[in-house]
Amino acid sequence: MSIFYFIAFLSILFAVLVISAKNPVHSILYLILTFFTFTIQYILLNAQFLAIVNFIVYMGAILVLFLYTLMLINLNKDSEPVKTNMVKIAAVLGGGCLMVVLVAALKAVGTSQPVLVKDPGLGLVKNLGKILFDEFLLPFEVSSLLLLSAMVGAVLLATRDKKPVVNG
Amino acid sequence: MDSFFKTVQSVPLNHYILLSAIIFSIGVIGVLIRRNAIIIFMSVELMLNAVNLLLTAFSVYRGDATGQVFVFFIMALAAAEVAVGLAIIVMIYRNTNSVDINVLNRLKW
Amino acid sequence: MDNYIWLIPILPLAGFLINGLGRNSLSKSVIGAIGCLVVLASFGLSVAAFLQVKSTGKFEATMFDWFEIGFFKVQFSFLVDQLSSLMLLIITGVGFLIHLYSVGYMQNDEGFGKFFAYLNLFIFFMLLLVLGSNYLIMFIGWEGVGLCSYLLIGFWFTNPDYADAAKKAFVMNRIGDLGFIIGLFLIMNYFGSVTFADIFPKAASMQAGSVPFTLITILLFIGAVGKSAQIPLFTWLPDAMAGPTPVSALIHAATMVTAGVYMVARSNILFTLAPYTMTIIAVVGLATAVFAALIALSQTDIKKVLAYSTVSQLGYMFLGLGVGAYTGAFFHVLTHAFFKALLFLGAGSVIHAMSNEQDMRQMGGLKGKLKITFITMLIGTLAISGIPPFAGFFSKDEILAHTFAHSETMYVIGVITAMFTSFYMFRMLYLTFYGKFRGTAEQEHHVHESPASMTIPLIVLAVLSIVGGFIGIPEALGGHHWLEEWLKPVFAQSAPLLPDSHLSSSTEIALMCASVAGAVLALIYAYVRYVKNNHVPAADSEERPGLVSLSYHKFYIDEIYDFLIRKPLDALSVFFYKVVDLLVIDGFVNGLGKISVKTSKGLRLLQTGNVGFYIFMMVIGIIGVLLYSMFKI
Repeated sequence: MSIFYFIAFLSILFAVLVISAKNPVHSILYLILTFFTFTIQYILLNAQFLAIVNFIVYMGAILVLFLYTLMLINLNKDSEPVKTNMVKIAAVLGGGCLMVVLVAALKAVGTSQPVLVKDPGLGLVKNLGKILFDEFLLPFEVSSLLLLSAMVGAVLLATRDKKPVVNG
Repeated sequence: MDSFFKTVQSVPLNHYILLSAIIFSIGVIGVLIRRNAIIIFMSVELMLNAVNLLLTAFSVYRGDATGQVFVFFIMALAAAEVAVGLAIIVMIYRNTNSVDINVLNRLKW
Repeated sequence: MDNYIWLIPILPLAGFLINGLGRNSLSKSVIGAIGCLVVLASFGLSVAAFLQVKSTGKFEATMFDWFEIGFFKVQFSFLVDQLSSLMLLIITGVGFLIHLYSVGYMQNDEGFGKFFAYLNLFIFFMLLLVLGSNYLIMFIGWEGVGLCSYLLIGFWFTNPDYADAAKKAFVMNRIGDLGFIIGLFLIMNYFGSVTFADIFPKAASMQAGSVPFTLITILLFIGAVGKSAQIPLFTWLPDAMAGPTPVSALIHAATMVTAGVYMVARSNILFTLAPYTMTIIAVVGLATAVFAALIALSQTDIKKVLAYSTVSQLGYMFLGLGVGAYTGAFFHVLTHAFFKALLFLGAGSVIHAMSNEQDMRQMGGLKGKLKITFITMLIGTLAISGIPPFAGFFSKDEILAHTFAHSETMYVIGVITAMFTSFYMFRMLYLTFYGKFRGTAEQEHHVHESPASMTIPLIVLAVLSIVGGFIGIPEALGGHHWLEEWLKPVFAQSAPLLPDSHLSSSTEIALMCASVAGAVLALIYAYVRYVKNNHVPAADSEERPGLVSLSYHKFYIDEIYDFLIRKPLDALSVFFYKVVDLLVIDGFVNGLGKISVKTSKGLRLLQTGNVGFYIFMMVIGIIGVLLYSMFKI
């Protein structure tokens, strides 16, 4: 049980470091660590499939993509502009309010029951697959379309315009 | 594995809610504080992940696999979104040579 | 005849439509023929209706159910009884003669077709007025004749003075109409109906002198004051001489102005039961008669003399109504239609001969050249002055006799006014036809008798002026008062309620001699002054002695009205324009626009284009939504 609290503490710590790091590359690296703690949380909940997918997709693909883009843009610590203090305080206050409200809202659900794994087979790949292809077949197929369009969109957006050929 | 789980479990649901809310709010603060478009994007990913965690917690609590399937879809969606979003940011950088959102304010009155 | 009664008003309406639509395409002779023939046909049908009433009594013909709201039901039906059949004869008969006259008079006018269309429309509305079996149909006709009066007075509207005169007539009529309408509302309220057949029997059984009667009758009388040019709403009639002379003859002598008298005669039971109103009517009538006569004494325009004379004679009619002499007043309507139309048409003939000159100071010595006109006008002047045995004598004397029975002072004033009438009418005659010609040589060259289409109506009307009085010879002179017998059913309900005004034969004869003597005296005095001494009224630029000047300037009554009424209204209008319209309403509407602009200017600043700002607003919004859902649930 105390593992949960330790991992939770680590998550929060790394998250704060993500948003406060000056160097963007450091931000991304801290984000990777945050996602790693999330993976461990998933394992604690016996959601094995999600844990592996989180590890591979998020940490392996998405954040690496971020890193590539960051490299393209060629940022470093010096060129990072900073917002005024006033804005930072306003932002922290706003976020704090949001947190309070969220907690209060979700508390209305009103349960303090411990999360017990009722069905140990719930998070296994085999069982999840069964449900995925049984009840949720349509969203699954549609999401493939979604990925296709995202791919096409990304390629189209990032293609450089061909320069006109100069005659003679 | 069973005994491991049994000893590790019995974390009240409220604590998951609290953790998720805290990380979500940190993500929001990150969006509001930073000026680099890529960092903002990353904070959005942080928010998405917080929600994923909460969904998984509820799914295990209820014994309903729908939550985890939903998380699966959210991840797929997040991947697509990142691809397109970063493409846009690259285009913006090519045109204006900056990813500072304070510079990108052409859509004003 | 019941089934064809609707043809009587419809034929002139058809004439209006045909002449109106074809005014530019049909030839003048066709227009004139159509215009005259429809009225002649209506006259024929009116004679048939009259004969039917004579043999079988009154009858009603319902055209259709008009409307029904709750208990209030109105039918569009015509009532032909003794009173309305006589009016039908007058309207269509005199109307036909005037139509015939207009063919000659308006021959050279461009708006020939328009004129006949308007004339026919007027006949239609006037017929509706007298045929109606309830106050609403009467009111339609009432309004319609006011409209036609406006159209015809302002016939030559390109002259702004004439257009103003038309407007004046219409506005003054409307002021009277307001009283009429409110009176109608009260009638509806107290009697639950506006149909004569419902109201009059009910009224006969009600208490005399009670407030509803007084109120209703005063309001109806206000309507009559506007329409029939009594004090204080008479100033439109002299100005209405701006219209062509046939218009003056038809509308302002024979028919429209008598609509008020007709209305009071029709509602006689209501008036008899309101003694206060009767007194008011008598006083107003007498005052109008005197006032107009005083003004007519010094006028120099031939038509204006006749106009004021009309106002004065209308005053006599209302005096008759006010003292309870309903038959006498109606008798005077009849005879007045004859001789006043005759006088106006004759004046038109003179004006036509004088190349449109209307100032009597430029005329003179025309009796040799305009023989027929002179003789007919002489007959008309004798009739209006009340010289026996012409028509005016019998009717005027009947009114004066009833006045004597009512109040002797009023009688004396009435007789003095009759003397004035005789004086200014003969003054007009002498100035126009006797003495030497005072106009220009060119006018003298052009003087000629009018064509037959104009003289034939004059002759017919002159004959009627001579014999018209014989239908009402009083018993004192040994006659059988046919008109009184004829109209008895109409005034039957009032008769027992009126105070007894029967005079002994000797008194009546004495009164008659007195008024005739007065009229002859005035005649002789006028002769001495204007023929023997060749007195010509002073030119406009010369000074006049005090009273004469007052009379010449119409006692400045137009100026008084201008000061008392028009100026405050103008000030009120300016106030409404400057304050209410510009400041309040425009301010409000413009203010709305200004608020929109200011708000948008402020809101526009939200669009900073700064993404961070937008996201911040989004977060605030999400917090707001979450709070809302929390506290509502």
